Amino acid sequence: MVIQQDKMQSLAARMAQDEVKGRSPWADARKRFFRNKAAMTGLIILIAVALFALLGGYFAQWSNEDLDFAVMGQVATMGAPSLENGHYFGTDDLGRDLFARTVQGTQISLMVGIVGAAIAVIVGTLYGATAGYVGGRTDQIMMRAVDILMSIPYMFVLILLLVMFGRSIAMLFLGIGLISWLDMSRIVRGQTLSLKNREFIEAARATGVPSWKIILRHIVPNLLGVVAVYATLLVPLMILTESFISFLGLGVQEPLTSWGALISEGAGTMNYGTLWQLAFPLFFFVITLFGFFFVGDGLRDALDPKDR
Amino acid sequence: MTKPLLDVRDLRVTFQIRREGAMPWTAPTPLHAVGGVDFSLNPGETLGVVGESGCGKSTLARALIGLVPATGRAEWIDGKDLVAMTPRQMMRYRSDIQMVFQDPLASLNPRMTVGQIIAEPLKTHRPGLSSAEVKTRVKAMMEKVGLLPNQINRYPHEFSGGQCQRIGIARALIVEPKLIICDEPVSALDVSIQAQVINLLIRLQKELGLALVFIAHDLSVVKHISDRVMVLYLGKVMEIGSSDDLFADPQHPYTQALLSAVPVPDPDHDVAGSVVPLSGDLPSPMNPPSGCVFRTRCPRAQAACAEQVPALMGQDHRTACHFPGPLTEEEIARARKTEAA
Repeated sequence: MVIQQDKMQSLAARMAQDEVKGRSPWADARKRFFRNKAAMTGLIILIAVALFALLGGYFAQWSNEDLDFAVMGQVATMGAPSLENGHYFGTDDLGRDLFARTVQGTQISLMVGIVGAAIAVIVGTLYGATAGYVGGRTDQIMMRAVDILMSIPYMFVLILLLVMFGRSIAMLFLGIGLISWLDMSRIVRGQTLSLKNREFIEAARATGVPSWKIILRHIVPNLLGVVAVYATLLVPLMILTESFISFLGLGVQEPLTSWGALISEGAGTMNYGTLWQLAFPLFFFVITLFGFFFVGDGLRDALDPKDR
Repeated sequence: MTKPLLDVRDLRVTFQIRREGAMPWTAPTPLHAVGGVDFSLNPGETLGVVGESGCGKSTLARALIGLVPATGRAEWIDGKDLVAMTPRQMMRYRSDIQMVFQDPLASLNPRMTVGQIIAEPLKTHRPGLSSAEVKTRVKAMMEKVGLLPNQINRYPHEFSGGQCQRIGIARALIVEPKLIICDEPVSALDVSIQAQVINLLIRLQKELGLALVFIAHDLSVVKHISDRVMVLYLGKVMEIGSSDDLFADPQHPYTQALLSAVPVPDPDHDVAGSVVPLSGDLPSPMNPPSGCVFRTRCPRAQAACAEQVPALMGQDHRTACHFPGPLTEEEIARARKTEAA
């Protein structure tokens, strides 16, 4: 009886406790991610680059459009990086401040990468999850449409679009958005197929939860791990695509610029002793790509610990 | 006589199987997973469903709850046929029929908290409830199934298998159903936890007046919980009767073989002398034997068995066999001999 009483008392004490906070799978993943040194380094780099893009403009002495007539014509000798005349990163070939230009290029390139990846995540996830969950003929038709779009050489289409409709940021976003979600929808569909027959989905169906709610509440949250990893790896791919297009001279239009355009300009003048014009944009480009790849790797390790 | 809660007549589930590499125009082969099952279930009663793997137990459960398309008739207490309903009409009945699944952890969404999981049927079927009211009900239900209500914000992976199954039971009970279909609810748990979960089910059944369809392959568990027992073989009912009657006096040769194979917790028990072996494997449901489906393995099979499908005969204790009755010594000896050969 005494033992029973003890038990009852300890039970009563536990019942009286406040609601215990659960440790969600996300919290677990976060903990593993923060312990990963490479990923954390990547994350810090990315934060630094983002801050540079957001706040760099306030530190610039020159606007990105003004020409510095003092250095014009003698960029190789006068336009080198210096603190005195306020050109921290030197000037470009026309005498414009490279610091301000790099800040602007970083903004555009990051935006292209993030918008492209965001379109991929939203469209690709919903499209793939719907195809996989509904299945049957709907799935066949939806995935064959993806196959057809994928078989089109997208770079060619993108270049054609830019040539026909003029070079603009909106056109670039449209072109990149059109192609970026295809791979994502395939990955998501595959994952959905493996989730679809799990018992918790069956339980939701047996209860009568409507299909769209099952997709949004049960399937998508369980896919997000894969999606997050793929999205972080997609951002640098988008940046690379944009840089390639800009390098060809078809991307963003002056006075706007991007990393690709800046690198292209810098590469064009590297024989004349103005290496800084190549080095600064390239440095930001490379560390950002590294940052994204490390973060993506870290996320993958954090989100499926079984796959290591 | 009271009206049954659920009256199932000639329920059939047929899957169309396309063979690997078949041409698109060739007709798919039908697979009769459930081939005409009849039973009725009274309010507050427990029907145990037993049979070996692949005999259609789980398919039967999924057909009753509308997860797989079926034909036949399943009449609910108000006279409506559940099988013929459109999904929209079925919605009203979904809160009356709930299901408990086999794998406790797999049946809970790993990204949702226990509170969200248990509340989901409630939010689906009683959309008018305020979130505070939902929370109170969830907590009350957690207490009822023996979980601490303050763990409402925990995630499924933080619970043991038995606790997860209690969460599954709480989710089924939250909308106050009249019938719960338990698809092997304890086969993934170890024995001591099995006893806890089963006793919980029995207690809740008494408190709430639930009817249960209890699917299992563990006969001792079924005997413990069921009022009546139905034996399935290859998608057909072999025998159905009250639990006491069926276990004490099985009439169908298959039931007798099945019961003889129940392990006895006694080291001196003579296993070889008591088990009636069945030779051969379960026939393919895509190509079932003619007549009585059990005839290929039955120690009593005769020519007539191949010709005519035996009907379920009898009043309360019904058997689908042309020659019902206990197996004789001679038949058991013959079965052993075929098995040895």
